Amino acid sequence: MRIKVDAEKCEGHSRCYSLAPELVDVDDLGNAFELNDGEVPAGLEDKARLIVDNCPEFAITIEE
Amino acid sequence: MTDTTDTHSDPAAEAVAASIPERCPVTDLATDYDMFDPDYLRDPFSAWAELRDTCPIAHTERYGGSWLPTRYDDLQAMAKMVPILSSKSPIVIDMPEALAKDDATGYNAASPISADPPEQSWTRRALLPHFTPKGIAEDRSYTERLCNELIDGFVDEGGCDAAVDYAQQIPPRVIAKKLGVDDGMVDEFIEWVRGVLELGLQQPELRAKYRDIIRSFFAAEVADRRVNPKDDLITALCQTEHEGEPLPDEVVVGMCNLQLVAGIDTTWSSIGSALWHFAGHGDDRRRMADADDGLWDTAIEELLRFYAPVTMARNAMEDVEYGGVTFREGDKILMNFPGANHDPDHFEDAHEVHLDRQRNRHVAFGIGIHRCAGSNLARMEMQVALKTWFERIPEFTLSDPDAVTWAGGQVRGPRIMPVTFG
Repeated sequence: MRIKVDAEKCEGHSRCYSLAPELVDVDDLGNAFELNDGEVPAGLEDKARLIVDNCPEFAITIEE
Repeated sequence: MTDTTDTHSDPAAEAVAASIPERCPVTDLATDYDMFDPDYLRDPFSAWAELRDTCPIAHTERYGGSWLPTRYDDLQAMAKMVPILSSKSPIVIDMPEALAKDDATGYNAASPISADPPEQSWTRRALLPHFTPKGIAEDRSYTERLCNELIDGFVDEGGCDAAVDYAQQIPPRVIAKKLGVDDGMVDEFIEWVRGVLELGLQQPELRAKYRDIIRSFFAAEVADRRVNPKDDLITALCQTEHEGEPLPDEVVVGMCNLQLVAGIDTTWSSIGSALWHFAGHGDDRRRMADADDGLWDTAIEELLRFYAPVTMARNAMEDVEYGGVTFREGDKILMNFPGANHDPDHFEDAHEVHLDRQRNRHVAFGIGIHRCAGSNLARMEMQVALKTWFERIPEFTLSDPDAVTWAGGQVRGPRIMPVTFG
């Protein structure tokens, strides 16, 4: 499973970073980016779905 | 620090209320909603539910006229209608021209919240690094100490006014510390902020008075930092450059004005609403008494969703059709993010608080380019304020539910809220 953060849509809410710092980090402006090229480590699939479902900008997608 | 009072009153709010002509009763929400109606402030949720089904973009002529969308999808779309829906005047009631006193510098009074791109973009970039999760990390230990000290002041009294003695005391000190201004002036900051926004909304002279006080205060602070740099946010903004030049004084003053006005009564409203919820909902209160971090995280987001305090305004820059209505040039639109958060099309059991809600795309901090720049700071303050309260005072109830008053207009939250411990 891979996640993708759309940098054009992200407005820096940091909801994903607070829920899953194992999957995303934020830059100096607070905008999110994927760790490990978006690869979701085994066992963290539910967290990946959680950050998709909590992004107010609909900026995160999952590629299975 | 404000003393715990036996008689709970709010003289400043009562003076403003007494000066406002008696309001006509609302007979049709869709064409005549009233953002200051005490019944609406106590329970806006049922009004939004009715409007969402019957007239999802309502209108009123009251207070100079405004539009009120209530559906999540509409708020999402309208937040992106930049700059046709401009943020240059995010306050829903404009100042009379005689008092408006346009800033001769041409810069914005509270950038970036009251600006459109490009000014909005570069002022926001200057601010954001100080408010990322990492940028606010060192504000947490100060906030923890502060919350404990506040509780020390009333914990043995058997009760307090949780709005006045606690919620209201936290954000002004946190933002004063961050800006680098005298936190001994907290009572003044509270008075200024209420004067310029909560109470000043219906009182232009009051609003102008406190606007000028805040500007003068920060003009002096900025002038001081230019010659006496310190380790604080005002200095950092003074040292920030745009296109190779330091930010002009007027811009820094406007940004400081924003920190004070937007960073205080918003967050104290969220903390206060959360405490109001727990005081009146025993099952939820007892559940939080031994909550783990995971439950705290979802609970904070759920309380932000349910009791979202902030409704900023936009101005139509030209006639624009949207969602079956026509916004005329100059029309005010209330960005009703709190209403969007209760839309059943996007939130299961939207009318219920579920502390462990997993899917929660709430928009309490707005969306799009004007997403609250201080949202990480506000969220941290809420976490610390509530966790510290529950560690010290796990059992508490409203002393007199009818005594609770709610501020209205553009920031909703409890202003008087006596609680009893144990």
